[in-house]
Amino acid sequence: MSLLYLLIEMVIKCVVVFGCLMLAVAYMTLFERKLLGHIQIRFGPNRCGPFGLLQPFADGIKAFFKEDLIPGRSDKALFVLAPMISITSAIIIFAVIPFGNEFVLPGTNYVVKLRLADVDIGLLYIFAFASIGEYGIILGGWSSGNKYGLIGSLRAAAQMISYEVALGLSIIGVILLSQSLRLTEIVHLQAGGFWNWNVWYQPMAFLLYIVCGLAEINRTPFDMPEAEAELACGFNIEYSSMKFALFFMAEYAHMITMGAVAVTLFWGGWQPPLPSLAFVPGVVWFVGKLFVFLFFFIWQRGTFPRLRYDQIMAFGWKVLLPLTLINLIITALVEAFKG
Amino acid sequence: MIVPLIKGLWLTLTKCFSKPITVQYPEEKIPPAPRWRGYQFFEADEQGRTKCVGCGLCMVVCPSQCITVETAEDEQGRRYPSRYEIDTTRCIFCGYCEEACPVNAIFMGQGYEWVGRKREAIFLDTERLLEQKRFNPSR
Repeated sequence: MSLLYLLIEMVIKCVVVFGCLMLAVAYMTLFERKLLGHIQIRFGPNRCGPFGLLQPFADGIKAFFKEDLIPGRSDKALFVLAPMISITSAIIIFAVIPFGNEFVLPGTNYVVKLRLADVDIGLLYIFAFASIGEYGIILGGWSSGNKYGLIGSLRAAAQMISYEVALGLSIIGVILLSQSLRLTEIVHLQAGGFWNWNVWYQPMAFLLYIVCGLAEINRTPFDMPEAEAELACGFNIEYSSMKFALFFMAEYAHMITMGAVAVTLFWGGWQPPLPSLAFVPGVVWFVGKLFVFLFFFIWQRGTFPRLRYDQIMAFGWKVLLPLTLINLIITALVEAFKG
Repeated sequence: MIVPLIKGLWLTLTKCFSKPITVQYPEEKIPPAPRWRGYQFFEADEQGRTKCVGCGLCMVVCPSQCITVETAEDEQGRRYPSRYEIDTTRCIFCGYCEEACPVNAIFMGQGYEWVGRKREAIFLDTERLLEQKRFNPSR
């Protein structure tokens, strides 16, 4: 009987998380357009519904009814597979994100844990699937048989290799502090007020994580694979209709997961900033902190211009990698001397 | 290296919370300049008829040859345009018709919104030129 309850609980949680994530992705696109508009002293979309709130659905319906083209000289199987890889790996990361603590279902003694899976190698899982997401981009650009697409995917591959290293090294400091790869444990160790958050113990790692994360999700200062000006959208140049929409959704879902991982690792996950604020549900704190990150991701997109390709490579290998290594060594030494 | 980045972020943040300068076109419109040359209109006399006497000077002076005038005479011997048509798709809004008119019948108006599903539907004839007067109250 308890197995049945567990099954029902899992199904409900999966549906709710998936639905919320998709809704968040849809409204992320609107939020980004609105915020970029206001940064450029415009309004952004405001014609579909009040304040343009129905714009994501209008975009989705439009994408569905567009012609679905597969170029004749493309590798058809990979061409179809690439967007699926992208969106799947972006969504699947959310399975291990703890977005709240556990609570007892009212009227029963049934404990509901607000996370889909509590894997003990959660961080490894996240970074494994984050890298698989890049395969979607690489295969998509390569299989479309377009020279711009090919250059875009080559850049994506190079960028992935150079920034994945720094990204992985930047969070090892956090792992050293918490002695665990389990995300719930990392969050539990940051309980008791904002001064216990990892961001104060690992400020350098936090900054490096944000920079590398932006590069990892191909966000604007590092959006080499789809540099509009020179590559005419890069890897997704041949994609249309829902395949393009899948790439688009994957990009935003990936951005949300990057923010969620940053919240979990550095900003204390669902923990309230002050112990006296614990009466507010943890999910609210989690979403609030996540929103701060998403705001920053869009805000910096509206501010910084795209870097040149060789600058990105030089920055990744000559600046970020040494900094993360130094940070790692210092953290390790401090931990060792503390005993 | 870091300070300019933060300066840039601060600039965009302040702009983000300033009021957008966009004009929401169909709801709010920027009025055209006083000497704006928009779609033409006819000045009417006391009986509400057009002041045009059908001399055809506008037809002659029009560089894009978009005006067609056919003249007739009524019972009192007054000449009037039996057919006056401006092909608005060809008009270049030079204002020569207004300058050429000896009886101050045709003027360049303020109107600039002129859309239709067929070309014939947006041609200006005598009735529609007289109707256009209400969009130009100042003249």
